[in-house]
Amino acid sequence: MLEVRDLRTYFYVREGELRAVDGLRYTVSKGEFVALVGESACGKSVSALSIMRLIPYPPGIIVGGEIIFEGKDLLKLSEEEMRSIRGNRIAMVFQEPMTSLNPVLTVGRQIVESMELHRGLDRRTALEEAVKLLKQVGIPAPERRVNDYPYQFSGGMQQRIMVAMALSCSPALLLADEPTTSVDVTVQAQLMELINNLRTEFGTAVVLITHNLGLVARFADHVNVMYAGRLVESGPTDVIYGQPRHPYTGGLIASVPRLDLPRDRSIHVVPGLPPDLCRLPRNVCAFAARCGFAVKRCTEERPELEQVGSEHYVACFRHDEMGTLLEYDT
Amino acid sequence: MKNDSFLVAVKDLVKYFPVHAGVMRRKVADIRAVEKVSFGIRPGETLGLVGESGCGKTTVGRCVLRLYDVTEGKVYFNGEDITPLEGGQLRHVRRDMQLIFQDPYASLDPRMSVGDIIGEPLVVHHLVRRKDFKEHVEELMRMVELEPRMAPRYPHEFSGGQRQRIGIARALATRPKFIVCDEAVSALDVSIQAQIVKLLTELKKDLGLTYLFIAHDLSVVRYISDRVAVMYLGKIVEITDSDELYNNPVHPYTQALLSAVPIPSPEVDRQRTRIILTGDVPSPLFPPAGCRFHTRCPVAEAICRESEPELKDVGKEHWAACHLL
Repeated sequence: MLEVRDLRTYFYVREGELRAVDGLRYTVSKGEFVALVGESACGKSVSALSIMRLIPYPPGIIVGGEIIFEGKDLLKLSEEEMRSIRGNRIAMVFQEPMTSLNPVLTVGRQIVESMELHRGLDRRTALEEAVKLLKQVGIPAPERRVNDYPYQFSGGMQQRIMVAMALSCSPALLLADEPTTSVDVTVQAQLMELINNLRTEFGTAVVLITHNLGLVARFADHVNVMYAGRLVESGPTDVIYGQPRHPYTGGLIASVPRLDLPRDRSIHVVPGLPPDLCRLPRNVCAFAARCGFAVKRCTEERPELEQVGSEHYVACFRHDEMGTLLEYDT
Repeated sequence: MKNDSFLVAVKDLVKYFPVHAGVMRRKVADIRAVEKVSFGIRPGETLGLVGESGCGKTTVGRCVLRLYDVTEGKVYFNGEDITPLEGGQLRHVRRDMQLIFQDPYASLDPRMSVGDIIGEPLVVHHLVRRKDFKEHVEELMRMVELEPRMAPRYPHEFSGGQRQRIGIARALATRPKFIVCDEAVSALDVSIQAQIVKLLTELKKDLGLTYLFIAHDLSVVRYISDRVAVMYLGKIVEITDSDELYNNPVHPYTQALLSAVPIPSPEVDRQRTRIILTGDVPSPLFPPAGCRFHTRCPVAEAICRESEPELKDVGKEHWAACHLL
């Protein structure tokens, strides 16, 4: 349903050309729950904004690639055609509800906007729909609260409103960019169950962008791991957690303290810092500087994604040995 | 609770923040941030304090350091009641207790060089002579694995993880016995978080430190703490040894909180039962009567709405505040 092919989104900043997303490819099928995992500045949010064609220009520009959604290349559409897809067929939930909601409009007004625009509903019917949606996402007394302003809701409630808004036109694809980072764990559990239920109910495909490896393990069917603007590993969730073949994936999973394992188990530490994307040499493995297994070749060539199993792809020269090399963590 | 076996202890700590309104700015209500909290931390121990936003965990940390004046109750440090101390006496005690903040971007003065930031406590407390200053700062930087040659640089030139190291070096400058880590690793990326957690654990061992580790991430708290206290709306609902709490949680809130944390292993996570709480945490302006958790508790009974449960011992130094135990 969605196919991202060789997407490249660059930013032109004072320090030079910043390749935020540099040759990204992945696919999402109907009703699938895909996780896009990586640390800050690995390009995961930029890739979602690219799909929505919301990259601010200047300084950002999509310099290449294709984003095929329901048979059309989104990058070739006019701004007007794109507007009929955005918020309609593809919806997005952002990390910070406080900055994404308009503070001077009631939440009801904001939810009906896209229904009036895309579904041609009149204000009255749309408002009734909005009340239903608010109820569905678990807002108490929705008939009354639909007339409230964003500041009258808590952070968790605001995020639910964002979800209600995203679902108002039953999108085929929901891009959720760190939807639960600013809320508490018990509310995070509620929101994630909500998003997951809507997927099973309406067949909406979900791309969850996150650094929370626990959420990914719980909800995702397929995991894409990003590092420095590119995929380093991609595979079914069980395979990624059970037999990671990229040292970054393995290191990341082993660096999280786990509730279910003995407390004295030492956590693995990935040394060093993520690379500066402006200064990163093009033709090397971006992870080589932090990798405990790097060999000479890693600093001379850039590894491409290779298929190593059913739906399992890895970009590492040593992926054959990695299964045994990573044993030390698990 | 005997106070002499603890390095730090609080007894019946209460902290209210007044709310003012109207033209006359009259006091109209109190935010009851902390309500009768007691605990002790033994020398060399790490006590974890977990809870959701607004539960009062940060306020407890700041009361312990006497950064806030407490409304009621007592704070003991090294067996001494430090609640009434002021001015020079307080400054003297504070040399032994330090704070590491959550936000390494907001807590460092952008106009001071990193060396001056780290060394400032040395000057404030007159701990070194001018000519030894540089050497001391360099030693502190080495302790937190920062390169001493970076001392003349400014905070904006450092990444989040490095800034957190600067904050830690500054906290270590006075050679404290006790450090409050307030969400010290929460804002960091996964791989950087692991680096800082490891650094904090090593420093504790090498320097014989005692920590109060405040965080909302239960996995991290459990990893770093010897004992853990769970807070909800200004009260401790359960406190015990870290392994006991995670293996055998008895308070319904602790159970829900633990079950809400997904385990980064699909196989393991699938086997777990999830308790999904409804609603949000109520406002600390008007905490619910009776047990403060009863509005969200999946097993609440009539008594929970009427009277407030006290912490009781359920064995093996495991305390919980629930009527149904």
